[in-house]
Amino acid sequence: MTATVDVELHVNGRLHRISIEPRQTLADALRDNCGLTGTHLGCEHGVCGACTVIADGRAVRSCLMFAVQAQNMRIVSVEGLGDPGNLHPLQRAFIEHHALQCGYCTPGFLMLAAATLQQTPDIDDAALRDVLASNLCRCTGYKNILTAVKAAAAEMKARSSR
Amino acid sequence: MKPASFEYHAPGTVDEAVSLLAEFAEQGGRVIAGGQSLVPMMAFRLARPSHLIDINRIAGLDRLSVEAGTLRIGATVRHADIEAASHGGTLGRLLSEVAGSVAHPPIRNRGTFCGSLTHADPSAEWCLVTATLDASIVARSTRGPRTVPASDFFLGVMTTSLAADELVTECRIPLLADDARHGFYEISRRAGDFAMAAALVAYRLSNGRITDARFGLGGVETRPRRLPSAEAMLAGAKPGAQSFRAAAEAAAAAIDPMEDSHTTSDFRRQLARAVTSRALERSLT
Repeated sequence: MTATVDVELHVNGRLHRISIEPRQTLADALRDNCGLTGTHLGCEHGVCGACTVIADGRAVRSCLMFAVQAQNMRIVSVEGLGDPGNLHPLQRAFIEHHALQCGYCTPGFLMLAAATLQQTPDIDDAALRDVLASNLCRCTGYKNILTAVKAAAAEMKARSSR
Repeated sequence: MKPASFEYHAPGTVDEAVSLLAEFAEQGGRVIAGGQSLVPMMAFRLARPSHLIDINRIAGLDRLSVEAGTLRIGATVRHADIEAASHGGTLGRLLSEVAGSVAHPPIRNRGTFCGSLTHADPSAEWCLVTATLDASIVARSTRGPRTVPASDFFLGVMTTSLAADELVTECRIPLLADDARHGFYEISRRAGDFAMAAALVAYRLSNGRITDARFGLGGVETRPRRLPSAEAMLAGAKPGAQSFRAAAEAAAAAIDPMEDSHTTSDFRRQLARAVTSRALERSLT
C-alpha cells in the first residue's frame, strides 16, 4: 500500500480536505471520503457513465480520473444539482416523464444532461440524442430520458427568458 | 476493479516531467494526460504503472495554434477542444468532423489528441488522421527533442517508436489547402464504439481532376497507414463512381486485415471497401 496524500476537493461549493491514496478515483473519493454517495459506480472503466459528474463545467467520467487530479477543479455531483425540497428542472422532468426505473444510472444522466444544457441550451434533437448515447440505461430504453431532458430544456429556457 | 497502487507526480514544467520520466520510466513509470484509455487499463490491471507523471498542470501544453503552415496540437489539448475549434481552415473543419466519432462527449471532454496517438489503438481516429495527413510528433526526453513522422511513429497494435522516457509534447499537422476536399467514414457497431474500419481521404481538384490525393485506412490493419495503390487510382482521375470504385478495390486488395473473434479477415476487407467508397462519396458533398 502506498502512502496517502492530502487532497482538497471543491465539491458542490464546499471544500473537502481528505487523505487518500493516489490510486483512488474521483468517484471513489466522492463516495468514500466525501460521503457523497449519489454518484454511482457501474462499470468502473468509463463505459456506462453512471459516475458522470461536472468538472470545471464539463461532464466527465469520475471513474476515469484520479481524485488527486481533481484538486483545483470545481466539481458538481448530483447532490449539488437540487435537493428534495427544491428539485432541479431535470430532476422534476425525470420524475414526470418516467425517465427512470431502477434509478442506478440516473445521477449520471442528470449530470450529463445538466452540463450539456448549460453549454448548449438550444441543443437540437439529433445532437441531444448523440450526447445521451454516452451513458447506458438498462431499464427505460432512453426514449423517456430524451423526452425528460427536452422538457427540462424547454422549462429552463422559458424560465431564463422571463 | 480498482487500479493498483502508484506514486503520483504532478510536474509543473516539461523539463521536470522528462526528468521524472528519465528517473522512473525503466521501473514502470508512465505519463498520464487525459487518462481515458490508461485509467480503464489500470482498472483492469492490464497496466500497473509504478509511477504516474501527470502532465495536466504543465502550462502551455494545452495550446492549439496555427504556426508556419501547420496546426500544432499540444499534449493536453482535449478531443472536445478540437471539436469546438474554429481555426485551422479546411484541416480544422476536417478534425472537428472526425472528433465527433471519437468515443462520447464526456470522454472527449477529458481525453487528449496526443494521448490517443501514444496509445496507438489501431482503430483510433487520430492515428488515422496523422498517418494520412503526414503529421509529425514531437517528443521530448532529457536527451532533447525529437520529431517523428507519423509514418514512423505507429509500429503496430498499441506500439509506437516512442522510447519509454520520451514525452510527446505536441503533434504538428500540415494545413490543407483552402480548396481541398475531404471525406471521412467510420463503421463501428454502435455510435462511439471503436472503429471496425475507418477511411480518410483528402485531395484537390485541378481542371476537374484529382491531385494531391491522400488516402488512409484505420482499424483494419495493426496500424493506420496511407495506401499508395488506392491514391494512384485517384490521382489524375475525375472524382466519381468509376474512380472511387477503383480506389476501393485497390484499398481492399492492398491490406492485410486483422482478425478477431467477431470479425474475419474477409469481413474486414469488405468493411475496408465500404468505408473507402463512403469516405470518397462524402468528399463530394
